[in-house]
Amino acid sequence: MNGMRTRSIKNVGMMLLMGIATLLVLTPLILVFYQIVKMGAGSINLAFFTQIPNPPGETGGGMANGIAGSAILILMASIFGVPTGIFGALYLSEYEGNRLASVIRFSADVLSGVPSIITGLVAYTLIVVPMHGFSALAGAFALGLIMIPIVLRTTEEQLKMVPVTLREASLALGVPFWRTTLLVTLRSGMKGIVTGILLSIARVAGETAPLLFTSLGNQFWSKKLTEPMAALPLQIFSFAIAPYDDWHRLAWGGALVLVVIMFVVSLAARWFGREKSTG
Amino acid sequence: MTTKIKIENLNVFFGETHAVKNVSLDIPQNRVTAIIGPSGCGKSTILRSINRMHDMIPAARVTGRIVIDTTDIYDRTSNPVLIRRRVGMVFQKPNPFPAMSIYDNVVAGYKLGGRLNRGDADEIVESSLKRVALWDEVKDRLKSNAMDLSGGQQQRLCIARTIAIKPDVILMDEPASALDPLSTLKIEELIEELKDKYTIVIVTHNMQQAARVSDDTAFFYLGELIESGGTRKIFTNPEKKQTEDYITGRFG
Repeated sequence: MNGMRTRSIKNVGMMLLMGIATLLVLTPLILVFYQIVKMGAGSINLAFFTQIPNPPGETGGGMANGIAGSAILILMASIFGVPTGIFGALYLSEYEGNRLASVIRFSADVLSGVPSIITGLVAYTLIVVPMHGFSALAGAFALGLIMIPIVLRTTEEQLKMVPVTLREASLALGVPFWRTTLLVTLRSGMKGIVTGILLSIARVAGETAPLLFTSLGNQFWSKKLTEPMAALPLQIFSFAIAPYDDWHRLAWGGALVLVVIMFVVSLAARWFGREKSTG
Repeated sequence: MTTKIKIENLNVFFGETHAVKNVSLDIPQNRVTAIIGPSGCGKSTILRSINRMHDMIPAARVTGRIVIDTTDIYDRTSNPVLIRRRVGMVFQKPNPFPAMSIYDNVVAGYKLGGRLNRGDADEIVESSLKRVALWDEVKDRLKSNAMDLSGGQQQRLCIARTIAIKPDVILMDEPASALDPLSTLKIEELIEELKDKYTIVIVTHNMQQAARVSDDTAFFYLGELIESGGTRKIFTNPEKKQTEDYITGRFG
């Protein structure tokens, strides 16, 4: 009886500890959300999504160029980063044990550990310097570099989960290896791969550092990809440190929009991931 | 009796493991040859050598010759893709393509291979499904998902998919071991019917099944061929003691 009692006391104690830990994890998230909604909600109106920032001193304006810029940068980064990541993962899963495969896997791990400001420096050296100017291209390249290891590793995990029996079924029908890889293996892992892509988008959508000396930011609409381009996180950064109240207001609004976008993308990623286990 | 597949001094290694040891065996045309033996004796390994499925495993190494008709399938000029179109394979667990309809599964070999002629597809689907006695059961729902079928139906679908690409040889790796007795019976009847057109090699754990469906039997133990010959003879009057012990259930 006594042993039972100590055990239930221990049980209650442990439950309490876990409850506290859960709270500790959730509190910052809730605080951040609360603060951003409180400060940012007031700035959200139609103008925020349709107009570019007004000059200092004037009220109103929006961050339309930042939102559009982020969308364009992410799109271009995906065009570069997603296929590179997927093809790398295909190589890793289909040529397991090959020496080049371990080199690729190691490089991807190193790449994912590189601080994003360094990635920005690489893009600066490779693109900004030779082209004599900051550009959206350089920013997209930097973001793409960050996406590669994320897409690569999640895709590799998905491809590993495709049953061998399915590949063998295809090969045994006299389907060439490369067609089996593309039409059976890759297609079977598609849902998980989409999840990985969405997660990588959520990750780079908020990246600021790699854009600082690549895409640079722009107060106006960019006309060319070879010009500096605005991006939401960059705009939040420069407006938040500017000495104008109206810009602070816009920065909070930008933060709210950014968080909502990332939240939605993460939810979509989870939803895709969930689908996979049932289908 | 014509020899369809001539296996000569076949050795298969997985890294350091010597899985199949110097096996020579003639497999006659238009007959059913059963490969029997206790687990781990190399049955499946031999079967998979006949359509070069070991190509997929980097650590696997095959020596010796396997000649189908006049083609040495391990010759440097042999193309495994073309060989697998002549030597079909049915696996232990039914493995239809889960994202495809019944119809698409039957023509999967053509479709995935990028050589489907739309005009011929209907005809291929109907004749293949009729051949495996599945047509009447599925003709009204060809577009529904293949995974909606029962296990036995799925396995017959996999056989239909295999014969759709018009092979001469069908390899079966314990094709009924995951099925209920009734479905097993149907598969066995099907094997009997298919042998007029195809040469069938079947790996099985089930002695009764080997006795029922096969014309010839080869008994393997620890990677070596112990004895081969007519099924009736192997089961009633084996020459080797090991064969007799295994068949009468004294080990294995």
